[in-house]
Amino acid sequence: MSVDTPLDVRLGVTTMAVNVDFDAVQVGDEITAWSRETDFMSWNRYAAVNDEFVYIHMDDEAGRAALNEQGAFGMGNLRYTYMLNALREWAGDEAVVRECGLQFRAINQKNDVLTVTGKVTEKKVEEGEQRVYLEMNVVNQDGVGTTPGHAVVVLP
Amino acid sequence: MTTEQEIPTLVSPEMEESRGVWGEDRVSYPVSPADIRKWAIASYWPEKPPRIFWDEDYAKTTTWGGIIAPTDFNPFAWPIDRPPRVEGGSRQPGTRSMNGGQVETFGAVMRPGDVITARSRLKGWNERETKLGLTMFSETETEWRNQNGKHVKTRISTGIHY
Repeated sequence: MSVDTPLDVRLGVTTMAVNVDFDAVQVGDEITAWSRETDFMSWNRYAAVNDEFVYIHMDDEAGRAALNEQGAFGMGNLRYTYMLNALREWAGDEAVVRECGLQFRAINQKNDVLTVTGKVTEKKVEEGEQRVYLEMNVVNQDGVGTTPGHAVVVLP
Repeated sequence: MTTEQEIPTLVSPEMEESRGVWGEDRVSYPVSPADIRKWAIASYWPEKPPRIFWDEDYAKTTTWGGIIAPTDFNPFAWPIDRPPRVEGGSRQPGTRSMNGGQVETFGAVMRPGDVITARSRLKGWNERETKLGLTMFSETETEWRNQNGKHVKTRISTGIHY
């Protein structure tokens, strides 16, 4: 396959949006893996829409000055976006993300392949909503969890 | 020569004064379908984004009844007036900072035509020794409401200063 082939196709990952039914979800279930290879093409587009032009994310010299030897590095906000994208893909358009949080623990280096992971830790009806609690992370190609977090999703 | 050990605190008098005090409201430009489409394309790059963000015919068949914005959509990007930017990369102890993370709770979804009002305040901080030296973890609370007064989201963001 060429480099123009979508990454998920190259990795054999399906990107079909799946609606998850609250009654069918079980504690321990994992969300659909959601991956992206990150480089300046993805960083620059995100910077453009979020108006997030910061030298450490654009310029290798600035990145090294910020003590990242490899140079410019990815925006934390983009990893947050990936986490939310993964939740939507798993839960479908009818679901609602009620809460999402994360901590930036490691840097997103250029050309990293990031995969959002998530596992259901609890499900309950709360405030009239069918809520599923998940532990989340964004893992790089070396298996390093860069962004531990959590989410609360309301399912139909 | 200044060393990290000589800095007694990273908490400034300005921080003490502003703790818990809401800043002025900021009002976004109206959210446009093009803003939403571009945001979705960028955040899903290089794949095609979900139709809920750009296909009105499809979106009408969902519970939302029309196009909605991605959950993390930022209607405050690209203001005409903006404060001067403080660039990262400083090596001076006490002036270095990084984004520690955030927690957001979401209410009403954002849609084309929405005008979002935001306000922020310094919620608090704690300071302790870490492997980075004296380190302060500050929490900033930001609240968004739409033109109908509905809560859109609350963000608690953590800044790490060392």
